[in-house]
Amino acid sequence: MSLVNYASREINCKIVYYGPGLGGKTTNLEYVYEKVAPSSKGKLISLATETERTLFFDFLPVDLGTIRGFRTRFHLYTVPGQVYYNASRKLILKGVDGVVFVADSQIDRTEANLEAMQNLYDNMTQHGYDLTRLPFVIQYNKRDLPNAAPVAALDAALNPGWNVEDADRQKVTPDPYRPGDYLVKEIDGVWVERVPTFEAVAVRGDGVFDTLKAVSKLVLKSLG
Amino acid sequence: MTAPRAASWAFHEEDSVRIKAVLVDFLRDASARTALLVDRAGQMLIAVGEPPTFDPTAFASLTAADFSANDQLARLLGEGDFGTLFHQGERESLYLADIARRVILVVLFDNRTTLGLVKLRMRATIADLTVIFTAMFTRDTGSTGHVDASFVGEAEDELDKLFGTG
Repeated sequence: MSLVNYASREINCKIVYYGPGLGGKTTNLEYVYEKVAPSSKGKLISLATETERTLFFDFLPVDLGTIRGFRTRFHLYTVPGQVYYNASRKLILKGVDGVVFVADSQIDRTEANLEAMQNLYDNMTQHGYDLTRLPFVIQYNKRDLPNAAPVAALDAALNPGWNVEDADRQKVTPDPYRPGDYLVKEIDGVWVERVPTFEAVAVRGDGVFDTLKAVSKLVLKSLG
Repeated sequence: MTAPRAASWAFHEEDSVRIKAVLVDFLRDASARTALLVDRAGQMLIAVGEPPTFDPTAFASLTAADFSANDQLARLLGEGDFGTLFHQGERESLYLADIARRVILVVLFDNRTTLGLVKLRMRATIADLTVIFTAMFTRDTGSTGHVDASFVGEAEDELDKLFGTG
């Protein structure tokens, strides 16, 4: 629910990082906080437990500057990864404009990834939002680990695609981030759409800004 | 049937003028310091009275989270919601109230007034703001684009500058 405030000449958009526990959501925000120029960022707020597990959320406002007279900001949030905190996760999705799903690439986290993705769909539906029509990207994090699953396996599990019923959207759409691949295409007579994916090693910052930039651009397009 | 996304909405200059007038009257009558309006997604709409000395963006996100968490507590108790919340400090206190289920009115006050007076004066203010916001949300229902294509293009350029073009 982006807000265009004509009185204070501001546009604020909300982006939520979702995913399984210990997958790297907070690490993404910490890297953004570390690297973005001080004039472009606000305070990083973490509501965490004593062991630094996210209890409620992390929050980081990023300022794009003044565009056409409007001060434009992205509010970045993470949710707690543990299912135990589902009530908090659901609250943070309220008014969301774009979602980043941070998957843990390790093979033994497959179940946790699937559970978190299902939980995301469920919580979005309960808010009355349709994830298939909202700016949404997936980040495959921890690509540097030896037990990382192949990207094709992660795609098959987390990004199999959904059917495109709307005739206007049934057109071949190349994936701008994976040359030779497609976001929308016809498979065995059925039109299927997938979301953009990014490989990342968030602790080193690899892929962090690519992911954020992609979801931010999708959010901006949705404003128009 | 789910909506594709939460509707974006616009807060216009004339909305701001009407709301400011209501809040200025309220602050004077209640002898409170500052009134803030925050939407349920955690975004600051307006601040009236003494300018806040804290980070308003952080304050807004925490306010929305505070209110949402208390809504869930209310439901666990079998209540629909807690329409108002009160946080008492030694010098500064906060009183928060729901407006039309979409916006939160936050009042900062100190020992120049009393909780009783703030609560008393807030009743009429909440009613006035509810009428204004309900009309605003009805007006914006179904609206989609609030910005033009040139805005999107320029914003994308800024994104490239800020996050790198790689």
